[in-house]
Amino acid sequence: MIEFINFYLIPGITLGSIYALGAVGISMIFGILRFAHFAHGDLMTVGAYGALTVVWVTGIPPLFAIPFAVALAIIAALSCDRLFYKPLRELPTIYTVIASFGVALILRSLIQVIWGTESQVYVKGFQKPLVYFDTFRIATRHVQIIASTVVITGLLHVFLSYSRMGRCMRAVADDASLARVAGIDTDNVIRWTWIIGAALAAIAGVFVGLDTDVHTNLGWNMLLPMFAAALLGGIGKPLGAITGGLIIGIVEECVSYPFFGEALLSPSYKSAVAFVIMIALLILRPQGLFKGRLL
Amino acid sequence: MNAEGIAFYLVSFLTMGGIYAVLCIALNMQWGFGGLFNAGIAGFYAVGAYTAAILTSATAPTHVGGFDLPILSGLLGAGVMAGVTAWGIARVCVRLKADYLAMASIGFAEIIRLVVINEQWLTNGSLGISRIPRPLEDIFSGRQAEVVYVVFVWLVVLLTYFVSQRLSRSPWGLVMRAIRDNDIAADSIGKDVQRFRVDAFVVGSVFMGMAGALSAHYFKFFSPDATEPLLVTFLCWVMLIAGGSGNNRGAIAGALLVWAIWSMTEIITSHLPVEWASRSAYLRMLLIGLFLQFVLQRYRQGLFPERG
Amino acid sequence: MTPVVLDVQHLSAGYGTQAIIEQINLQLTEKEIAVIVGPNGAGKSTLLKQIFGLNQHLGGDIRFNGTSIVDIKTSALVPLGISAVPQSSNVFPTLTVSENLEIGTYASPPADKKIARERMLALFPDLAGKLGQAAGELSGGQRQMVAIGRALMSEPTLLLLDEPTAGLSPVYLEKIFDLILQIRDTGVTILMVEQNARQALRIADTGYVLANGRHAHTGTGAELLANDDVRRAFLGGSAGQ
Repeated sequence: MIEFINFYLIPGITLGSIYALGAVGISMIFGILRFAHFAHGDLMTVGAYGALTVVWVTGIPPLFAIPFAVALAIIAALSCDRLFYKPLRELPTIYTVIASFGVALILRSLIQVIWGTESQVYVKGFQKPLVYFDTFRIATRHVQIIASTVVITGLLHVFLSYSRMGRCMRAVADDASLARVAGIDTDNVIRWTWIIGAALAAIAGVFVGLDTDVHTNLGWNMLLPMFAAALLGGIGKPLGAITGGLIIGIVEECVSYPFFGEALLSPSYKSAVAFVIMIALLILRPQGLFKGRLL
Repeated sequence: MNAEGIAFYLVSFLTMGGIYAVLCIALNMQWGFGGLFNAGIAGFYAVGAYTAAILTSATAPTHVGGFDLPILSGLLGAGVMAGVTAWGIARVCVRLKADYLAMASIGFAEIIRLVVINEQWLTNGSLGISRIPRPLEDIFSGRQAEVVYVVFVWLVVLLTYFVSQRLSRSPWGLVMRAIRDNDIAADSIGKDVQRFRVDAFVVGSVFMGMAGALSAHYFKFFSPDATEPLLVTFLCWVMLIAGGSGNNRGAIAGALLVWAIWSMTEIITSHLPVEWASRSAYLRMLLIGLFLQFVLQRYRQGLFPERG
Repeated sequence: MTPVVLDVQHLSAGYGTQAIIEQINLQLTEKEIAVIVGPNGAGKSTLLKQIFGLNQHLGGDIRFNGTSIVDIKTSALVPLGISAVPQSSNVFPTLTVSENLEIGTYASPPADKKIARERMLALFPDLAGKLGQAAGELSGGQRQMVAIGRALMSEPTLLLLDEPTAGLSPVYLEKIFDLILQIRDTGVTILMVEQNARQALRIADTGYVLANGRHAHTGTGAELLANDDVRRAFLGGSAGQ
């Protein structure tokens, strides 16, 4: 049991937190701009590399480099929207989806050209895990990632429920045309959707680097699990996406635990779990757990 | 480079261009005619390539087979296996709307990729399958064999083109277009929309499998690296959109054009200083990404627009 | 002379290059209730939507208090003092009733939010107990009230209503028409499209009959109700009904 918690559950919650932060943006973009943003994983990668540069140059701990990572990802997202998505806004959204495939490629190849393709780590060397009650051994980075995600979730909830922009975002997600009639400046709402989505993606990207390492496919590899999380939580429900992310992360890590003497699934098929959940949701319950919107 | 060198460069260009042309026409059957957003092209390509490799290569101790069968049966087997896989996938997810179908098909392609990497007994894992034969290998060798192969590839391109043309002009093709443009209306005139969509998905995937077989025979070696979604799925989409979706000739032209950009830029970037040359592949990807955005914003109809 | 609030001149509009309405003229003076009636497909909603900049403008002019508004984007009309309630999907279903009303104050804050809110609840006492409920869970009639309430929160001088009684039971129908009169009495000019032509013309100062995207008749509500041609062609049945 202790082994399960230390080596499966805690890493699962950590991975789930990362998925959750990435999935919030996917869910919001899906809800407000009505398209599946295939470049969202690569925004995570942009953030991870942004922080890497600051850590290299200044030597500060990666957590303190997050503001820079966030700023870089926001600039990337707003420029991509302006250059590649906005010109296609009046067309069927499928063109924007195709464009987002291209943006994924553009972001990734830019990163590869600038930073090269070798894996990098923020901090070299082994970190001693924190030990609680003599039995729970939790890595510091896991504590940091999970605690930050809890705080961000709280802030997001307050923002969406009580702030003016949060309400406007929910209104546009409900009915964009009515929102315009009601006098809401949808362009501004779209801008904030990108800002929040990119900021959380960048934080998630830094967390991946903190947890494992930084490489150019980091975000792309997480894209499908994050889509699965957004679908599970119900499209256009950012807090649902967080729940979805946690579920996917925990399930992914825990399927290789030997519940009945041997692992339920070989660890090499771990990532298939998210794909299967995603496909099953698409077919059986596309509205997700919390009644999200349908395209 | 002398004249002979240029000629053989052209042969290798046309071989890969031809393989992409098959993929592109196949995608056109699904997207151009049927409006089906298949983002898992690499999956069907992999199924076809491995089927052909296992069927036609000599017996190997490391994995199942090979069965040393003739190349044509490998090609046929590749099409059948890809088609069967596509049928299974289509049965469950063909009714999904565009964005959702894209996600589901990528998901399936990734599952296929995981199987290919992990099931050593079947595919020899990440080491891949080698010693895959080429047609008429015992008669022709060296550069002659290259010429023979490019002819073989283009015969398959012609076959694919012919089938696609026939289908698009048949009553079946007309119904497909009606479904693509308005599936509710097509449903209301009593056509079984789902069945037609499954058909289009399967037929397209059969040819994607054949394209996989063609590339396995060309390289004589096939490993999971060759199923990288960027190089297969993404490039193929750029090709079809640049060529003009809904038009088979456009699909071929788009394949050749984008493949030309891709391989020409390789020549240019190989002249860059060493520290840049190692990153040239990424510069080329960047270029292709920007090219797609340009096409989407300025030439959405493609080189050969669909005729109304 | 009462000032002209809305002045539509030679307006043509539609989708793409396809004109749905052509050469429409209408004029509303302060505190007037004008009703647009006509058969289905006559272009009634298109006309209303066009005033709100939601279709393709193809010609003519729309002036609000003397200034042309054809080039102003939809979301910027609310601060000028124009509010609209679209047909059917007119509330934000996952937002609470209270949040729906709140949204109405964002583009153009009322002089005093609290007072505006209290006035709204006095106008729609039914909503008082439902402020925390998601608007999508309400009945059709209650949703219509939330929608009108949201539109009034910005204290507009011109209110556009697209078929406010569509799909409502006769009880609500009476209520809504009654409300419209009350709203006018607070100083708001109202332009509405109505399917229930007879009842609407009874409360209207002016009626416009549209057919095939063009003007067919104009007159006071009573004149149109008494006009035999209008009755036969557009209202159905006899005058006594």
